[in-house]
Amino acid sequence: MKIFKTITSQAVPLPLVNIDTDQIIPKQFLKLIQKTGFGKFLFYDWRYDSEGNKKDDFVLNNPKYNNRQILLTLDNFGSGSSREHAVWAISDYGFKIIIAPSFADIFYNNCIKNCVLPIILSKPHIQLLFDNEDIMITVDLEKQQITANSITIPFKIDPSSKIYLLEGSDEISKTLKLESEISNYETNHPLYTNISE
Amino acid sequence: MKKTLFEKIWDNHIVYPQDKDKQVDSYLLYIDRHLIHEVTSPQAFESLRLNNRKVRRPDLTFATMDHNVPTSDRSLPILDEISSIQISTLNDNCKEFGIKLYDLHSPYQGIVHVIGPELGLTIPGSTIVCGDSHTSTHGAFGAFAFGIGTSEVEHVLATQCLWLKKPKNFAVNFIGRRKNIHAITAKDMVLYLIRKIGIGGGIGSVLEYRGETISELSMEQRMTICNMSIEAGARAGLIAPDEITISYLKGRKYLPQGNKFDQLLDTWKELVTDDDSSFDMAVDINLQELAPQVTWGTNPSMTIDITDTIPYPDEYSQGNENQKMAAIKSLEYMGIEAGIPITSIPVDRVFIGSCTNSRLDDLVEASIVVRGRKVSSKVRAMVVPGSQQVKFAAEKLGIDKIFKEAGFEWRESGCSMCLGMNPDILSPKERCASTSNRNFEGRQGVGGRTHLVSPVMAAAAAIKGHFFDVREWL
Repeated sequence: MKIFKTITSQAVPLPLVNIDTDQIIPKQFLKLIQKTGFGKFLFYDWRYDSEGNKKDDFVLNNPKYNNRQILLTLDNFGSGSSREHAVWAISDYGFKIIIAPSFADIFYNNCIKNCVLPIILSKPHIQLLFDNEDIMITVDLEKQQITANSITIPFKIDPSSKIYLLEGSDEISKTLKLESEISNYETNHPLYTNISE
Repeated sequence: MKKTLFEKIWDNHIVYPQDKDKQVDSYLLYIDRHLIHEVTSPQAFESLRLNNRKVRRPDLTFATMDHNVPTSDRSLPILDEISSIQISTLNDNCKEFGIKLYDLHSPYQGIVHVIGPELGLTIPGSTIVCGDSHTSTHGAFGAFAFGIGTSEVEHVLATQCLWLKKPKNFAVNFIGRRKNIHAITAKDMVLYLIRKIGIGGGIGSVLEYRGETISELSMEQRMTICNMSIEAGARAGLIAPDEITISYLKGRKYLPQGNKFDQLLDTWKELVTDDDSSFDMAVDINLQELAPQVTWGTNPSMTIDITDTIPYPDEYSQGNENQKMAAIKSLEYMGIEAGIPITSIPVDRVFIGSCTNSRLDDLVEASIVVRGRKVSSKVRAMVVPGSQQVKFAAEKLGIDKIFKEAGFEWRESGCSMCLGMNPDILSPKERCASTSNRNFEGRQGVGGRTHLVSPVMAAAAAIKGHFFDVREWL
């Protein structure tokens, strides 16, 4: 189980709204039955042409942005399909943090489960980071703050996601400890928790 | 205390309340029904095996194969080797963990969101999850139904529960009446809603669809609306159950009979938002002037009336620079010019199918448009019924013949060209009038151009060879 630590990196700017999971990982790569190896397919149709050659104008193909661990983008990132493959691709590529004004709900949850930190910032703060794209950014989850040069930007995160990322708890084990509560629930709700053909 | 429909279902499923000492804001919720398909489940099963865990309630878990199954002759082997592995993996996993599977040769196979209701697995007041965003479909029955990722699929398999933060209540009030109930469909209602509130408009909330028009819709039409809740970014959509819901469900395979059914009916009577309940958000959508809707861009909010022209980026973005950039990028991808009438745009392909619009009701309505007419010689058109049961029922009514005589292909059931994981895809730059739910770049094939429409509008486009105001025919 991975845990999230303080990260310092520059960001890769991707200033587009509503980037959907079909763009993050196109469907032709959803047929794999493992969780690993998706990084090379990240943003595939934007990254490569129909012959499989790199498209020079796409940001991930610019060597300047290699090895950056923060993805900086715009509203409603990760919309559309629930495919967790999208986060597997982002994480496998090397991103540990995504900063955006808003995220799609299912994608946000999928990030937490895979130890990728989705940070919601206000649009002016996002714009500030886009305007200074080579600035070194330090993200401290414990303190819930981003520092870049002399600027400090606090961010919000729900407590359960924060604990999950910091402690890397095995959620299933935690739930299985509540076995008696689950069994009681089933006993008290027989109409819905039983199916007969 | 006054409660919304959503709050009643939520409260009724709490296994373990939020842990205030630790300031944790998640609740453990019981999941009544878990639906599985081949694409988002293999990694979950693999992880169970690695951790030596079993499926807690295989009897509440149901599987089918839909996303990458071919829609051609079922007696032939699957040519795509990787698809074939994924399909046989689901088969093996279901056997190993004791899960009921409706496989390719079952008369109940179909798109997971079509077969759930058909089998009576979808019932009012329940919680339903599936590793698929369009699980919101089942909300049409007054169930809290939502899509989850593969890690959550694993969690539900192991525990039959999920940790969730409580979403907000969002009322969508449909006001007024449509002027032509055959030409202006549930699909047009939901596309218009997304056009108004945007594809992020419902983030973090559950949409409850309300109003007289909603209560007049068939279950199939209600499913179309709830299905696309996710396209507005919502966690789920909900419609309160009523007599139409009950008569749809009565006698379905997995519903109890007699006394037990009556007990269920009693609980369903409570499934309504109390008068004067408060919603966190609300929007009124007037149906009086609603026209058939067509998408022009690369997300479902980029929608116009069939009588409109393609908007200019400035007109669309109304001063928002990021939206303007998105519109420019969309127009370029779609290969269309701003300012031209949408009816002047020719189509190459027509797809009637998907979990949004592949049920009997959809096919019957589309067949009324098609009857006695021919598909344009420039168009390749296909109908992909949502399930084997839909296919059989349609064939019994002779609807397959109407489509085939007009020049449509009549296929086997599956997700098909909605997401192009099987051989049914668009070629680069091909343009499709599609009854599916997403017009994202590359969704139906790399470089393919998707315009979302209702089944009757898709049928009309197939015949005319371009978008056409179906009100002229209905």
